[in-house]
Amino acid sequence: MLLIECPWCGLRDQTEFHCHGEAHITRPLDPDSLSDEEWGSYVFFRNNPKGLHYERWEHSHGCRRWFNAARDTVTDHVYATYKPGVAKPEIES
Amino acid sequence: MTNTTAKDLPRTSSCYARSAIEGTNSLREMDLNGKLNIRGDASEQKFVDGMSQVLEMDLPISANSVNERGSQRLYCLGPDEWFLHCNLKSTDSLAQNLREKLAGVHCAVTEVSDYYTVLRLSGPDAEGLLRRGTPLDLHHGVFKHDHTAQTRFGHASILLHKLAEGEAWDIQVRWTYAEYLWDYLVSAMRSL
Repeated sequence: MLLIECPWCGLRDQTEFHCHGEAHITRPLDPDSLSDEEWGSYVFFRNNPKGLHYERWEHSHGCRRWFNAARDTVTDHVYATYKPGVAKPEIES
Repeated sequence: MTNTTAKDLPRTSSCYARSAIEGTNSLREMDLNGKLNIRGDASEQKFVDGMSQVLEMDLPISANSVNERGSQRLYCLGPDEWFLHCNLKSTDSLAQNLREKLAGVHCAVTEVSDYYTVLRLSGPDAEGLLRRGTPLDLHHGVFKHDHTAQTRFGHASILLHKLAEGEAWDIQVRWTYAEYLWDYLVSAMRSL
């Protein structure tokens, strides 16, 4: 059983959460100036690292708020969770 | 078009065919009460003041906490969401007073009385029965009297509240999930 810390509700079981993919993807400020390739890369392409990954999570069976988590994709260890809008923490994996 | 008022609504949820269980452990569905979902910004003083003035109680600020006054219970569900249980008859006037008091403040007051129902489970084994369906740590040293939490029971999302006294729990669940929750708890009772 994996426990994840919701920034508002505290430690909760993983089954209360859903993962929604990579975090910290910024929408381009001026989409018109992008080439098709750059736009395609923004919309479709994601990192798929073996190891540390910054992800967006949602506490769907709890407070229903979104937050970010730094998780190791190999060990499932969650290094940190933090509120949206907060800069990603430096993690030494 | 005819207006449907709260008194016209059926007061039974999807577990209408189940009759209350009275025994060592008891389970019953509470009468329909008024429910308001309130969204707003706790850092905005005008919102906090307006809420406390209309409801005549302090606004709980941290998620999963509850304040009570008379028949009213105000749950804090998250950083910008509150849930009010009140007398069914006073729901409309409370919603109206809140909307008037909070006019101009960025917030939302939504009546959801008939979207949820509340089941009350009580008895010495209540904690163990709930553990069958929820992953939350319900040990009395951790989840104390008057603690509340939104969590999962089986496949249903619930708002769990351990009442201030005794071994009694209020479980708020979506109307349509009530039968599922009821049968789950009854099957847990049978296996005691």
